Amino acid sequence: MEQLASLIAATLSAGTPLLLAGIGLLINERSGILNLGAEGMMLIAAAAGFAVGFHTGSATAGLIAGAVAGVLFSLIFSGLAIGLVTNQYATGLALTLFGAGLSAFAGLAYVGKTVPFQTNFAIPGLSEIPFFGTALFKLHPMVYLALLLTGVVAWVLARTRLGLTIRAVGESPESAHAIGFPVRGIRVGTVAFGGACCGLAGAYLSLIYTPLWVEGMVAGRGWIALALTTFATWKPWRVALGAYLFGSVTMIQFALQAEGVEIASQLLSMLPYIATIVVLALVSRNPAFIRLNMPASLGKPFHP
Amino acid sequence: MPELAARLQLTGISKRYPGVLANDNVSLTVAPGEIHGLIGENGAGKSTLMKVVYGAARPDSGEMRWNGAVVQPSSPAQARKLGIGMVFQHFSLFDTLTVVENVALALPGKLDRAQLARDIEAMGRRYGLPVDPSQHVYSLSVGERQRVEIIRCLLQQPSLLIMDEPTSVLTPQAVEKLFGTLHQLSSEGVAILYISHKLEEVRTLCSRATVLRGGRVTGVCNPREESVASLSRLMIGAEPPRATGVAREAGADQLIIDHLSMEPQERTGKPLHDVSLVVRKSEIVGIAGVSGNGQNELLSAISGEDARAPARSIRIGDTAIGRLPVVARRALGLAFVPEERLGRGAVPALGLDLNTLLTHDTGLTRHGLISHAAITTLARSIIERFGVKAAGPAAPAKSLSGGNLQKFIVGREVVKSPQVFVVSQPTWGVDVGAAAQIRQEIVALRDAGSAVLVVSEELEELFEICDALYVIANGRLSQRIAVRDATIEQIGELMGGAPASGAGAEVQHAAA
Amino acid sequence: MLRLEARPVPSKLMGYAAPVIALAITVVFGTLLFLALGKNPAASLRVFFVTPLENARGLSEVALKMIPLLLCSLGLAICYRSNVWNIGAEGQLVVGGVAAGGMALLASPDSTRAFFVLVLLAGMLGGMAWAAITALLRDKFNANEILVSLMLTYVGGLLLIYLVNGPWKDPKGFNFPYSKTFDAAAMVPKLFAGTRLSWGVLIVVVVLAAAWIFLSKSKAGFRLQVAGQAPLAARFAGFSAREGIWASLLLCGALSGLAGALEVAGPLGQLTPQISPGYGFAAIIVAWLGRLHPGGCVFASFIMALIYIGGELSQSRLGLPAAITGVFQGMLLLALLTADTFIHYRLRKA
Repeated sequence: MEQLASLIAATLSAGTPLLLAGIGLLINERSGILNLGAEGMMLIAAAAGFAVGFHTGSATAGLIAGAVAGVLFSLIFSGLAIGLVTNQYATGLALTLFGAGLSAFAGLAYVGKTVPFQTNFAIPGLSEIPFFGTALFKLHPMVYLALLLTGVVAWVLARTRLGLTIRAVGESPESAHAIGFPVRGIRVGTVAFGGACCGLAGAYLSLIYTPLWVEGMVAGRGWIALALTTFATWKPWRVALGAYLFGSVTMIQFALQAEGVEIASQLLSMLPYIATIVVLALVSRNPAFIRLNMPASLGKPFHP
Repeated sequence: MPELAARLQLTGISKRYPGVLANDNVSLTVAPGEIHGLIGENGAGKSTLMKVVYGAARPDSGEMRWNGAVVQPSSPAQARKLGIGMVFQHFSLFDTLTVVENVALALPGKLDRAQLARDIEAMGRRYGLPVDPSQHVYSLSVGERQRVEIIRCLLQQPSLLIMDEPTSVLTPQAVEKLFGTLHQLSSEGVAILYISHKLEEVRTLCSRATVLRGGRVTGVCNPREESVASLSRLMIGAEPPRATGVAREAGADQLIIDHLSMEPQERTGKPLHDVSLVVRKSEIVGIAGVSGNGQNELLSAISGEDARAPARSIRIGDTAIGRLPVVARRALGLAFVPEERLGRGAVPALGLDLNTLLTHDTGLTRHGLISHAAITTLARSIIERFGVKAAGPAAPAKSLSGGNLQKFIVGREVVKSPQVFVVSQPTWGVDVGAAAQIRQEIVALRDAGSAVLVVSEELEELFEICDALYVIANGRLSQRIAVRDATIEQIGELMGGAPASGAGAEVQHAAA
Repeated sequence: MLRLEARPVPSKLMGYAAPVIALAITVVFGTLLFLALGKNPAASLRVFFVTPLENARGLSEVALKMIPLLLCSLGLAICYRSNVWNIGAEGQLVVGGVAAGGMALLASPDSTRAFFVLVLLAGMLGGMAWAAITALLRDKFNANEILVSLMLTYVGGLLLIYLVNGPWKDPKGFNFPYSKTFDAAAMVPKLFAGTRLSWGVLIVVVVLAAAWIFLSKSKAGFRLQVAGQAPLAARFAGFSAREGIWASLLLCGALSGLAGALEVAGPLGQLTPQISPGYGFAAIIVAWLGRLHPGGCVFASFIMALIYIGGELSQSRLGLPAAITGVFQGMLLLALLTADTFIHYRLRKA
């Protein structure tokens, strides 16, 4: 029982970076922008967050630094893809390649270092409850924050004028422009939000989840988060569901290894990637269904 | 009274875009309560002028006065604040949002969906524009979408309403209703600027009109005192020529569509219900109808771009082609000119020479390699024979004007002397001279023995060149109607989806 | 205020100038980076752009790096011209290398000298098989090829690590994660004694010519590109979009797989946990920098090879980590995209 509880806890922890990044990218994409630079933004934020956390001794400072790094990096994307109308796919890829290179370069000094703060938490009282205490209430605050963020994003999209505007811009930037919305400004905003979320996710990985800096440590999670938005058909709560599903896939490999199952670790490590491919194929199988849910202008250039 | 300030007064507006002077010293005055026509061909500068008024473009020179005061709206939002409303030709609606949400986006203030829904319904009742506020826009018909646009404008209480080519998507009956709404608005003091290239309409509706040609004002008149011919002279400098041909006895059935029913490929598409038609050798058959009633679906099924139709439901002569790929249909003598020229009929960035490779399957390649000499010769011969204005055979398709590109695409198919020639919106957005030439080519093809199917929104065009007509509405096709027996009213009723009258329709139902 | 204004006709001049401008921007940023790190910029840039070209050995190393970059980038150019966003050339290269390695391990001292042909074929088939997964999922399941091809790159990398740690580990290798070294018959013959250059160079020249003919002269290549540029026009003309997906991905898989095979049966001579320092990703940059044109790819892969070697040299000569290669690669692509804007737009005072 206790083992199952810690497995649930581990799943929630593992799903959190995916949820954070996924929810940010979802807002991006609802406004019509596809930022393939997610992986790069997460890497640079992981490095920056770790560096700040390491020197200040504060996880919060590290997380904030990660978010800031994510936003700054997202501005490169905005400047090119929105300002100069470059191809969104190519620009995102460039950002990922640049982020991978720069983080490896800048993070070199921190390889092998550990962070000087506690990463264990417990909610007083609730964490004492048998089973549920371990499963749900001994997690890092970021886990709960990610869920709260999902709720806020869902509410904004469905109920507020801001959400309506974002959806309208993603549906038809030409129409939104014609009736007078600052399409590019709105998109820069959503991309920055996506950058902040990916930044938080990256810093969470290097400061809390792992916690140490290794080159390329994001290991494709940015790409999986991108796949999640499709999996979720651009609906916030489904991103959460998908993120925890993938979290559990990551955990299965550890659970199996702990059980002493005789499978090479490399083969088990393939699981999240293979799962992404399978899920993507299953969800995308019906093109009409995807088109119905996908923001109509996603990835298309817009020049007023 | 005339001393009172005009609602809108433009003086000496000029606007230059790269390579073109879109507006050249244009002046225009609209009084309160006046319905003012702005007429001109495609590319005459109407849209640019309206962009200036609506704050979407800044003029290089000139002055705009609003109720006497000099203004220069720098954004549509600012123009709306002044009281200028605009109904766009290509609607600025959001498909996946509901009617209420669409309207809410254009209105300032708090988001109160329930109240707004009531407002929309009230406005609809007042002006005869019924619409369900909770519907998603993609599920609405084109006419309903226009109503949403108009209501969205009216809720902002505009004192000037700009209508950009509003009737191109409406049936004749719906046009009458729209005119009723516009008259009611003008009697309440709203000025209306009515943009159109349809001279008949402007003569019915407007009390004054400004005519644009090549970016300049060529006349200001009371259209009711003018004839279509005199307006046409102001607009294009000549009277429109008519296509002439020698009608021959139609021959054997060439293109047959036999009880075709089909689900659409796109979510916004229209299903086809039990469509049957026949085009015989040496005749031109037209399909009339408001866009979006199944024309695209039907044409894709004929061209082979959508090859899901039951094989025998589409035939060329005796050959079942419903499931054949595009290339096999071309080999049987089918040629098709789609509605979209750039991106479908031609690849925008490629030269005219390479664009011939899209539909010419033989004689242009050797051992799988493209023969540059052959495609250049072919492109040059099309350019010369059809008088296409282009920098040369290698000029990119997108460098041509709409009319010239259409001449090239029509020419590319005509030189193959197709057995069956299918063309969609042959003169859509094309200048009058090129339009006349294209119609003449279509008639000549018929005279040479081809079976021709023309799909068009322009009833006048269909009446001019066709021998027989069908009407498409909501994915259903009417009975065949000989053009010499048809009236505009009758066709208009069918376009509105009126239950097909006459015994023929009942036979069709019985058969289904 | 400046604003972008669409050019009536795209600028041909900018099309050629953009890569040069991008390179210049990258050099400027590089200079600033070296200054910030307290290095002499002139000496540092020399390490990147002059030192590798000073002697025959250096030149042959540059050529050696150009081979995989050029092969992958030609495949990617075909994909991108067909509007198929394959970013998994790295995975296709690795799996091609794995397949080639598997074949090479079958060779014995008495195998015929032509055995290496089988090794190369195995590599091409391996790369094609890996790319075929992406094509299949895109074609039958409408799955996004960007994500699938990238995920497969991770899977391919893990597959290689698994094999060299498990079934294919050299039993006499002191437990290092390497396969045994291949028999001579499995190795691609050397072109000149004393260098590491092999017949791979000749193969690349042939591939280059074939790619040029395919893209610029053949009807098949034309069909692919129409499908890429204007999908509706392709459907109108009856050119199959499915053909475009399959053909471009299989070609790219074959070329990337060949690159992997030439690496393992060339300079490496055995399977190791890492057979490519990101050639497949760098080739994305090469393809864009080379204007998706075979000739351009030659120039671009030359530049990229210099950046790779410069990165290696800067470790010993400048005391900078080799990771600086990645920084320059990313910068180069970002600069290129910026410069590319001005092919279609120009700046105007608003």
